[in-house]
Amino acid sequence: MIFQPAHKILKEIRERNLSPVEVIQATLEWAQKLEGKLRSFLVLDPEGALAKALMLEEKLKKGEEVGPLAGIPVAVKDNICTRRMTTTCGSRILENFLPPYDATVVEKLERAGAIIIGKTNCDEFAMGSSTENSAFFKTANPWDIERVPGGSSGGSATSVASYQVFLALGSDTGGSVRQPASFCGIFGMKPTYGRVSRYGLVAFASSLDQIGTFARNVPDLALLTEVISGHDPRDSTSLPEPVPSYSKELDSPVGTLRIGVPWDLLQEGLTPEVKEAFEDALEIFERAGFAIEEVSLPHASYGIPTYYLIAPAEASANLARYDGIRFGLRAKGEENLISLYKKTRGEGFGAEVKRRIMLGTFALSLGYRDAFYVKAQKVRTLISQDFQKAFRKVDLIALPTSPTLPFKLGEKVQDPLSMYMSDLYTIPISLAGLPAISIPIALKNGLPVGMQIVGPALSESLIFKASYLFERESGLSNLKPPIVEELSA
Amino acid sequence: MLKPTIGLEVHVQLKTRSKMFCSCPVEFKAEPNTLVCPVCLGLPGSLPVLNRQAVEYTIAVALALHCEIQPFSQFHRKNYFYPDLPKGYQISQYDLPFSRNGYLIIETEEGEKRIGIQRVHMEEDTAKMIHGESISRTSGYSLIDFNRSGVPLLEIVSRPDISSPQEATLYLMELRSILRTLGVSTANMEEGALRCDVNISLERGTRTEIKNLNSFHSVRKALEYEIKRQEEVLKEKGQVIQETRHYDERAGVTLSMRTKEEAEDYRYFPEPDLVPLKIDPPWIEEVRSRMPELPEDKRKRYKELGLFPQEAATIANNPELANFFDSCLSLGAPGKEVANWLLSEVMKYLNARNLSIIEVPLSPEGLVEFLTVLKEGTISSKIGKMVIEEMLQTGDGAREIIERRGLAQISDPVLIKKWAEEVIKENPDQVSQYRQGKEQLFGFFVGKVMKLSGGKANPEILNRILKELLLRE
Ligand SMILES: [Zn+2]
Repeated sequence: MIFQPAHKILKEIRERNLSPVEVIQATLEWAQKLEGKLRSFLVLDPEGALAKALMLEEKLKKGEEVGPLAGIPVAVKDNICTRRMTTTCGSRILENFLPPYDATVVEKLERAGAIIIGKTNCDEFAMGSSTENSAFFKTANPWDIERVPGGSSGGSATSVASYQVFLALGSDTGGSVRQPASFCGIFGMKPTYGRVSRYGLVAFASSLDQIGTFARNVPDLALLTEVISGHDPRDSTSLPEPVPSYSKELDSPVGTLRIGVPWDLLQEGLTPEVKEAFEDALEIFERAGFAIEEVSLPHASYGIPTYYLIAPAEASANLARYDGIRFGLRAKGEENLISLYKKTRGEGFGAEVKRRIMLGTFALSLGYRDAFYVKAQKVRTLISQDFQKAFRKVDLIALPTSPTLPFKLGEKVQDPLSMYMSDLYTIPISLAGLPAISIPIALKNGLPVGMQIVGPALSESLIFKASYLFERESGLSNLKPPIVEELSA
Repeated sequence: MLKPTIGLEVHVQLKTRSKMFCSCPVEFKAEPNTLVCPVCLGLPGSLPVLNRQAVEYTIAVALALHCEIQPFSQFHRKNYFYPDLPKGYQISQYDLPFSRNGYLIIETEEGEKRIGIQRVHMEEDTAKMIHGESISRTSGYSLIDFNRSGVPLLEIVSRPDISSPQEATLYLMELRSILRTLGVSTANMEEGALRCDVNISLERGTRTEIKNLNSFHSVRKALEYEIKRQEEVLKEKGQVIQETRHYDERAGVTLSMRTKEEAEDYRYFPEPDLVPLKIDPPWIEEVRSRMPELPEDKRKRYKELGLFPQEAATIANNPELANFFDSCLSLGAPGKEVANWLLSEVMKYLNARNLSIIEVPLSPEGLVEFLTVLKEGTISSKIGKMVIEEMLQTGDGAREIIERRGLAQISDPVLIKKWAEEVIKENPDQVSQYRQGKEQLFGFFVGKVMKLSGGKANPEILNRILKELLLRE
């Protein structure tokens, strides 16, 4: 049962062939079985999940309205506030922090009847590409437990890829949904900046942060994305446009599309395995009648330096509130304010977070601001304009999600720059605030490869349709990693 | 004396219903930490949403100060660590402020003077720190009340057009009366609703800044002290250091806090959680159409009624008094006479008791009736002073008081003549002196007759009768 797509389970529940309690029990049993090997979750809440399932059961019995995700077990990245479970952001500084409120997306999930079974591991404050920067433990890639699941939403990606849950939420600042989706062989959507409310998402880089979704197939992903999208009066940057029903629109014809490929950006760092997989994927599109054209994104290769000025600058301010005064960790035995600040932050933050706070503080400092922060903002504008120009020529842009296959645990921890390069193809899209999906396109050496499909602002529906077409043509969905095959046998 | 150049930076708390970026109420007497939420506590994941009323109040103030309202302005984060700042940054404005280039007019003894306004911008207030008694460095404690955190503030920066401590006080009074007239702030300095930093230099030399002055008195005293100090420094060392100073109210001196080199770098950058603020002309016009008459325009109108500039300013800068005055005008009373009574007897009474005009039972109708009674000659102005004091105390009408206390003026010539004859009979020496030409004695006779009448004789009739009798022989 747990290997079924969510949309099938929903139908069974609605038709009363399956009860939410059965679903949750089976899911929890399986999740706990894998948890020892993969470690996706920072918190699991079986009691809470079961209680919620029982409540839904009651409602269903009485014939009451239960919502579009009624009874579906989901996971939520641990940088999204939940009042029922601690929200640590993978950091010591928030180790026991229980928010007094739920994020807007959590409220939306609950209202839709989804059952949040736990909070997933991530790089500390979403800073990283491998989930190794979690202050608590590392999460394994279900395709090879020696390898990273990607990051920063690695726990969410692993939990979905290993069937611990049907769906999960992550957050994507520079690729943190798309890259782990790619590494784990699942689908991950980063909607247009502002499409999903950030209220209750613990901020890393506010102008880039966007909550995203994980699923094992496009219809499930479309459904989850439409449930959490929409204007939120509590988030001034959330977009007012109404949300189309992505899941229903999947059935309407997609037509013949022009797909652009930014070969100039792909000159750098692309490994042969990924290149081959990507070229095969383009052929699938061509066979479906799509036109493949080259587009130029001349400034996109400046994405990484641009991102590593803007994101840390914003982070340096966003993380100033962790000062030991009102909540979270407070260092012990300190005599005065300054040493309390220094010790609390010194003990509470990990190395990567400290590196980025320092980088950002420097980029904003008097005398350096114009050369770094201000200039980076200008380049960001140029990158956005590159995309705007490209979308005058093509409907969508396709490119690999990551230049490499999933790397080994520990392989890049000591080399931050090579870790940063992992987001070479995702970051320019984040800087432009555009929607993009990562879909599985191949298995190479037993490891998944992902491809991004990017569209103009608010083109989520078109992206889902093109992805759905690819999914049906390639048959690459609901993939089962070896560990899942083994344990379910 | 060297000429001082002074600029003021004023922070005003707006009395909006809710805070600047959340829906917590703005209130200053609530129990500590009861008016808080994830947003104004800076909890992880919370986001600010701009209060529309705060924007409208700012538009009104900018218009009253003749500022250019920017069609597009932006919020910035001002970064620094302090326990009263829950997010570790203050949402403020930087290079794209709400409005610029205005002025306000003060009424000095030499006439009107324009003080330029450089900018008016919006920002959020910090929490309030209450420092406990600290015996040693380790035994002290500080408490934080977040009720104030996120209350909307305006920062109003003047140009260095102020040239004396007196002018600084006049500027603050004018600003306060504008804010009160608009109803956007209590503008009460003692309660911290209006806070002032001053910049001062002599002969446009190096300037110093004095922070956190919290009364009109402190502003004046701190400036007077600082002018003297800078004069002495210039005489002795020849160079004033650019620095921020603190005014010690008890000692009456300013003390160095930090020099320019130690100044903090606030690392301003645009607030990514808020979209740029766009103000379109129809919105401005809508706010303008709802604005009350401003003190400046009131003064002009009052001067046209024949009031002296100082009189006009005193009334116009006190919104409650101005309302009272305008009500009297609308009842048809002559402005000059209303002003005379308001600014003398009424103000004397109010000031002695530290009351405002709305806290006493005297009504505009009452004052207008009083003026009528006075004009009819029922009482003299001298009796009038007594009557108005009783009106201020009891709220009774002038006629009622005159009746009850038998204060009506006596105009009966027969009666007055009888008293006059009596006085002439009893003071033969003075009468003969007067008749020999010592005319200044006339007052003496008037006083005597008045006394006999119990102060109620109609002075005009009394004068006429007395003159006749004295000249008769
Ligand atoms: Zn609040």
